[in-house]
Amino acid sequence: MAKLQDYTPGATDAPFQAARALHSRSILPGFGLSLGFTLAYLGLIVLVPLSAAFLKTAGMSWHDFVAAVASPRVVAAYRLSFGASLAAGTVNMVFGLIVAWVLVRYSFPGKRIIDALVDLPFALPTAVAGIALTSLYAPNGWVGRWLAPLGIKVAFTWTGVFVALTFIGLPFVVRTVQPVLQELEPEIEEAASTLGANRLQTITRVLLPELAPSLLTGFALAFARALGEYGSVVFISGNMPMKTEIVPLLIITKLEQYDYRGATAIAVVMLVSSFVLLLLINLLQKWSRRHQSI
Amino acid sequence: MSSAPPTPLPARRVRSAPRRATRDPRWARWLLTGIALAFLAFFLVLPLVVVFAQAFSKGGAYFLATIREPDALSAIRLTLLTVAIVVPANVVFGIAAAWAIAKFRFPGKSLLTTLIDLPFAVSPVISGLVYVLIFGAQGWIGPWLIDHNVRIIFAVPGIVLATAFVTFPFVARELIPLMQSQGTDEEYSAITLGASGWQTFWRVTLPNIRWGLFYGVILCNARAMGEFGAVSVVSGHIRGETNTMPLHVEILYNEYNIAGAFAVASLLALLAIATLVIKSVIEWRQKGTA
Repeated sequence: MAKLQDYTPGATDAPFQAARALHSRSILPGFGLSLGFTLAYLGLIVLVPLSAAFLKTAGMSWHDFVAAVASPRVVAAYRLSFGASLAAGTVNMVFGLIVAWVLVRYSFPGKRIIDALVDLPFALPTAVAGIALTSLYAPNGWVGRWLAPLGIKVAFTWTGVFVALTFIGLPFVVRTVQPVLQELEPEIEEAASTLGANRLQTITRVLLPELAPSLLTGFALAFARALGEYGSVVFISGNMPMKTEIVPLLIITKLEQYDYRGATAIAVVMLVSSFVLLLLINLLQKWSRRHQSI
Repeated sequence: MSSAPPTPLPARRVRSAPRRATRDPRWARWLLTGIALAFLAFFLVLPLVVVFAQAFSKGGAYFLATIREPDALSAIRLTLLTVAIVVPANVVFGIAAAWAIAKFRFPGKSLLTTLIDLPFAVSPVISGLVYVLIFGAQGWIGPWLIDHNVRIIFAVPGIVLATAFVTFPFVARELIPLMQSQGTDEEYSAITLGASGWQTFWRVTLPNIRWGLFYGVILCNARAMGEFGAVSVVSGHIRGETNTMPLHVEILYNEYNIAGAFAVASLLALLAIATLVIKSVIEWRQKGTA
């Protein structure tokens, strides 16, 4: 509506000429300014700092690098970080699918609030999540109290790391599967049923293959987030070297000992893993878009 | 219709057949809903409840005393200062990036979009580390900074930079798909009708993207206030000087002042709840208008 008020006399025949010109070249201003600012800000805040990590490591000899990234303590930390992230991602894949299914297909009182609450791990500061989970699962906590007599220790063990990473990754699978499930046409399920499939066959042979790309994407996003997670884990893990020390914590420990090279070498290993994951996620998303359009 | 006595059985079958095909049996519905709610109760509701229960475990007076303590107030001030710098900077960047990417064609566009998302893939700890490598005492320009008495690491500028890195993509990734879906027709019309570039932006583009922009600001703000790992690396944890709210929570917790830690944490939890409420309201609004 405002466009009409901006009408300037003398430009009457311009729209037609302009419309034809659009195909060849944009008439909108600000390309140089906006792209220039974007690249400058991206370079200063993200790219130059990140390249510092790679350059610092490039100054190390191969022998030093291997010694820094493959010592037993570091390997134990990789095993914990990758193992617990994988386990948390898998649990989130199963329960995330169930949550997404329930939120899309069923109706029950309070559904909107539950739906909004799923994003809590995105909004709650990680340190707050960390101390809350620790206080719940400590041996005298609300949940830990019931698990202790059963001989199950959560806080300050591998399980504690796993619980924190499950919390942090919870929204990813729900939020990637939910829109796909919403878009899914009921006709394909009806068709399966008409062709004689029972409900279980329809779910495993028709629905799950449709949802697979988004499920995997959600899993990969949760896994990637869990790998780098720090705040929610350090409180509950107990931080014992070789046992419950995650990789990000090890980086901080090395920094505090002024072992900048050691810290950076481990960081480069983690950065490369994250970039590979990011690439995989991009491919998965492309696959899932193609999958949907068919 | 009413006069004809139809055979009720086939009619009902026809109507209920599609329902049966896409609907699960009652027991399955109850079971799945139960599992989903139990999972969410354990992992989301309980942690949220325990924050407030612990915050008030020593009474309201203790709660107030904790958050009015000078160190707590200075942490709150520093967090607000950081947000006041980081959020506007990332808003300007987000708008500029979305304008360039959504309104123009140029080579390398998809690479640029991927690079903008990069900070999400980087561990917060590494986000802090990279600034230490540049500005720290052993860093690239660290010695020069020391000579000129400029402090970045273990001071406020470092906290601002690390927070800007971590919250970098939030506004841009809300705006890029939104502006791409809106296309360029309205801006073209405004320009052809004689509006200047800035007029077009303020009167046409900005009103169109205001809800998406607001949404991005809310998410960026929540993450900026709550960032822990990155800030932890660059802050130096100087009480009353370089402590943000999440770091203050950590200090109180490590001093076994559990009620105090949760009192400050409950303020951050309130921020998270407010963020979720605003986010949901915007989403419901958009669904209503779409």
